[in-house]
Amino acid sequence: MLGLYTARTVAMTAMPQLVSLFNAVGGGAAALVAIEEYLSRSSGDIPLDTTVFVVLDIVIGAITFTGSLVASGKLMGLSFTPSRPVQVPGGRLVTIGLAAIVVLGSVYLFVGNESPAVMLLILAAALVFGVTMTLPIGGADMPVVISLLNSFTGTAVAMAGFVLNNVVLIIAGALVGASGAILTKLMADAMNRSVMNIMIGGFGGGDAAAGATAGAGGSVRELGVDDAAIQLAYAQNVIVVPGYGLAVAQAQHAVRELAELLEDRGVDVKYAIHPVAGRMPGHMNVLLAEANIPYPQLREMEDINPDFERADVALVIGANDVTNPAARRPGSPVSGMPILDVDRARNIIVIKRSMGRGYAGIDNELYTNEKTGMLFADAREGLANLVAAVKAL
Amino acid sequence: MSEQLLTNFTIFVMAILVGFAVISKVPATLHTPLMSGANSIHGIVLVGAMIIAATAHDAAGYLLALIAVAFATMNVVGGYVVTDRMLQMFRRRGAPAAPRPDQIADRAEG
Repeated sequence: MLGLYTARTVAMTAMPQLVSLFNAVGGGAAALVAIEEYLSRSSGDIPLDTTVFVVLDIVIGAITFTGSLVASGKLMGLSFTPSRPVQVPGGRLVTIGLAAIVVLGSVYLFVGNESPAVMLLILAAALVFGVTMTLPIGGADMPVVISLLNSFTGTAVAMAGFVLNNVVLIIAGALVGASGAILTKLMADAMNRSVMNIMIGGFGGGDAAAGATAGAGGSVRELGVDDAAIQLAYAQNVIVVPGYGLAVAQAQHAVRELAELLEDRGVDVKYAIHPVAGRMPGHMNVLLAEANIPYPQLREMEDINPDFERADVALVIGANDVTNPAARRPGSPVSGMPILDVDRARNIIVIKRSMGRGYAGIDNELYTNEKTGMLFADAREGLANLVAAVKAL
Repeated sequence: MSEQLLTNFTIFVMAILVGFAVISKVPATLHTPLMSGANSIHGIVLVGAMIIAATAHDAAGYLLALIAVAFATMNVVGGYVVTDRMLQMFRRRGAPAAPRPDQIADRAEG
């Protein structure tokens, strides 16, 4: 009932968090199944193979449970799980120590000892491990992490299937495990980073972030609604770059309205969709599809990037990291991430609520570009004002 | 290694292969609903939760089984509804979500 209620009522933009939350309870359930099965059988003889699967199930399930909760909390912006990478001094050592506890405990059980206490110790270590593993990872990488944890849960469920000798669980779990793994790989590729890199490295290093901010700090040109409307209305090619800000403000219908208005004036409007726009692959496509935006106007990144040079205006709506030219240079936390070449457009209008930073936690050099005009507004409000201004022309 | 375990293992490996085969054919656009759908599928652990509930024989067992069933149900129902909502957005327009070959050709020309 609770699940049904949340799933029905939650905003489309909060989807990744929710998926992660459901994932957490799934992993938790798998771990609980194994614990109960072990406890209820601990009086008698437990064959070795059962023990192995029980341990695997508990470890994977527990890591998924806490890991997914942390991931979900990070995406919701809860204060105790900040979206910026958290580096605890010696955190790496704690993680390694926990892993060692898990391994040693498992070996102890495998060699024939039966001890619910050790089992619970492994459980506790795995639970904490889930937290320490996820906490140092930046919010930008969360979708990949969620997908990976999703894959973990699938594996945990398959293990539960082995424990209970239940074929349905094995099949479903293995399916999800495999699909989750391949999905994780695809997402990581879209961001040009390896999965290992994400899991171990956090997001860039502290020193790299410092180096990137040094280059920024130029002046920002603010743009009025009327000026922006004139630029858009008299342009020939406009490329809209929707981002998370648009998703949050539920502004997809306002975008369509503006685009239709411009098309009536003979402006060619296209949408540039970054592979991870809106935080999950395809998330932005879902949102824009909801607003009945014609599919052929949605362009993938490789497809649209050469067009930016010919675009009169690039309208960036609530997108940040995916447009940051700093990604082309080494030494920045977003380095190597494929970006949209927004800065090559003749004029750039950025609708954004503030100069706030994106998931990567760094300043966007695009905003201080001399071609860029900033229109500080909530995405939906700003677009509504633009629509009114274009109509008035 | 018992025969039972061997059978289970075979099924496990086969299911993994099927998983790989299925996912590699899905376009990137649908990855978000896909992830959510897969998430809902592993809620099948509900079956496992029910099995342990049936064999539970002490207070701790009942409690663990109860929590496990509650979690798993949340996972199944929530995951399914969320996926459905996402797919609804593709369906409402009446047009196919994936680009048709002629559209791709159009793009190449344009």
